[in-house]
Amino acid sequence: MAQDDPENPTHGRRDEVERPSSLSGPISSSAHHPHRRHAPPLYGVIAEFETPGDLVHAARKVYEQGYRRINGYSPYPIEELSEAIGFTHTSLPLIVFIGGVLGGIAGFGMQYYMEVIDYPLNVGGKPYNSWPAFIPITFECIVLAAAFSAVLGMLILNKLPQPYHPVFNTPNFALATRDRFFLAVEANDPKFEHDKVFALLQSLNATEVSDVEV
Amino acid sequence: MAEEPQKPYMEGPMHSTTPVIDPGLTFASVTDKISSIVLKRKTSLAWFFGFAISFALFQLMLLAITNLVFVGIGLWGVNVPVAWGVDILNFVWWIGIGHAGTLISAILLLLRQRWRTSINRFAEAMTLFAVAQAGMYPVFHLGRPWLMYWLFPYPNTMGIWPQFRSPLMWDVFAVSTYATVSAMFWFVGLIPDFATLRDRARSKPFQILYGALAMGWRGSARHWHRYEMAYLLLAGLATPLVLSVHTIVSFDFAVGIIPGWHATIFPPYFVAGAIYAGFAMVLLLTIPLRRFYGLEGFITMRHMHNMAKVMLATGLIVGYGYIIEAFFGWYSGNKYERFMIWNRMNGPYNLYYWALILCNIIAPQFLWSKKVRSNLVALWIISFIVSIGMWLERFVIVVTSLHRDYLPSSWGMYQPTVWDWSMFIGTIGFFFTLLFLFIRFLPMISIFEMRTILPSAEVEE
Repeated sequence: MAQDDPENPTHGRRDEVERPSSLSGPISSSAHHPHRRHAPPLYGVIAEFETPGDLVHAARKVYEQGYRRINGYSPYPIEELSEAIGFTHTSLPLIVFIGGVLGGIAGFGMQYYMEVIDYPLNVGGKPYNSWPAFIPITFECIVLAAAFSAVLGMLILNKLPQPYHPVFNTPNFALATRDRFFLAVEANDPKFEHDKVFALLQSLNATEVSDVEV
Repeated sequence: MAEEPQKPYMEGPMHSTTPVIDPGLTFASVTDKISSIVLKRKTSLAWFFGFAISFALFQLMLLAITNLVFVGIGLWGVNVPVAWGVDILNFVWWIGIGHAGTLISAILLLLRQRWRTSINRFAEAMTLFAVAQAGMYPVFHLGRPWLMYWLFPYPNTMGIWPQFRSPLMWDVFAVSTYATVSAMFWFVGLIPDFATLRDRARSKPFQILYGALAMGWRGSARHWHRYEMAYLLLAGLATPLVLSVHTIVSFDFAVGIIPGWHATIFPPYFVAGAIYAGFAMVLLLTIPLRRFYGLEGFITMRHMHNMAKVMLATGLIVGYGYIIEAFFGWYSGNKYERFMIWNRMNGPYNLYYWALILCNIIAPQFLWSKKVRSNLVALWIISFIVSIGMWLERFVIVVTSLHRDYLPSSWGMYQPTVWDWSMFIGTIGFFFTLLFLFIRFLPMISIFEMRTILPSAEVEE
């Protein structure tokens, strides 16, 4: 599921990314320690927006500029946003389908093994493999396995639980679960150049743009 | 209330004046209002009062169960020929109530009924808690509940397996799958709201608690995309599941050869009855709750009308079921079937039968009137009557069918004992105990889904 996961903050090439030496001045509007000598590695530049429209617009523009390791953060799902950042594919349906099929095979196989192979028992003259009677439990096993695949698949693909993530260092990020919208351009993007990205985000109607550390 | 129809959050010409959500709300006010019920609002005296009563009744359940386990199920009124009494009918009643929650959360999601958004969280909680009550009855009905694990196919020293040709085994799988999937669906729906609470909570213990439950949710667009897919798939799975569960519950009866049970109408008629009872219970609970917590902006009159209509529609299906049962009895030409329906109407339990017709067929007819649907007191009373009616329906099905079977020499009468009633009242207490804890510690309305139906959620570039 490599294509499913371009978002990976803790691995990758962030060590190679040099933080720009000229960090002082107006570009770092909200960095916490603008004068420190050894800056910790940069996770990315994150812009804050007031409305979903601004966020989606900015995401489209940033994507058009060729940035790919970008991500939006919003208090509710926005269909246009995942399209704007070029994330439209997920293998979850396939996982759920496979889970359901395996659950069905396991469910029927369990009954077949127990009632036909291991302990055949004549009940009212019915055949040992009285398959119509095995369908309800087979169905329940399909649903159970598919539901587990959906929930666990979603959590695993999303790499949850994940107690720490650099994006939580963004100022005001607690409002991402209330009424604010964020757009991150990650430092491990091949095209990432700090000053350019910073200026681009500032030009896109962001209320605040900040450097966020890992 | 807005006068002209506003596209994003209203549908249909008939409802142009009743919005699904108060149009004055914003992302911030929705978030703050719902999360403050959990985080900021002082726990009211009424909550403590309600919780105390429920908790006391819950103790009655524990007492009833303890006594039952010590003495045995002779404590209940069940005996041959009526070996399934109030306990099994309570099982069916509770599990039926649960079905409305899944209907609201899954089926209405697939049908894109946006009004479901403000009631689905609560209805799902109701489902879970009702299924928890339901699950206890068959287990204690076993007589030796400590051997309940024999129901599951596990390799054992006796070298035997459960009998999978029996509907009772199907029931074990159906109910346990239903409980598991409902719990997962509910929890997945809660994850983004846990994150909201984590970010709003002021005290450390609650930050840690909700933070752990949110599992690091951060509202990432990639996460949302997979999340929405998972939620949709779960809804698609829960929809046939909920239909299968009550179908299988009805098989417990319909596969048996007792007159009054052995009927092909049972599966659809049970499913409709379950939804009917479930919506009655949702109305019964939301009408006081929205008033008490001032949630009229979220759960509007539109919701009340819609739920009343669903109740009316499923009530009519149930009514059709009763008519068909009587028709089957007559048309079968089978004297046992004919006697069964005659006995229901004129036999020793005829009062239950006619009370059931009154509660389930006559009472909901008032819902045709818009005036009645708009009157919350009337709606609450009708819901209460329907809840009783559905209990009576299961009584009639379980008891009247069993007490007069083929052989007059094996006829008998059934009378629930004080311990049957204690268990029933006790489970009601347990149900409300869980419900009170839920509305105190978890957001009873899905916050993130409410944000999606706000007019400001429309993306305008």
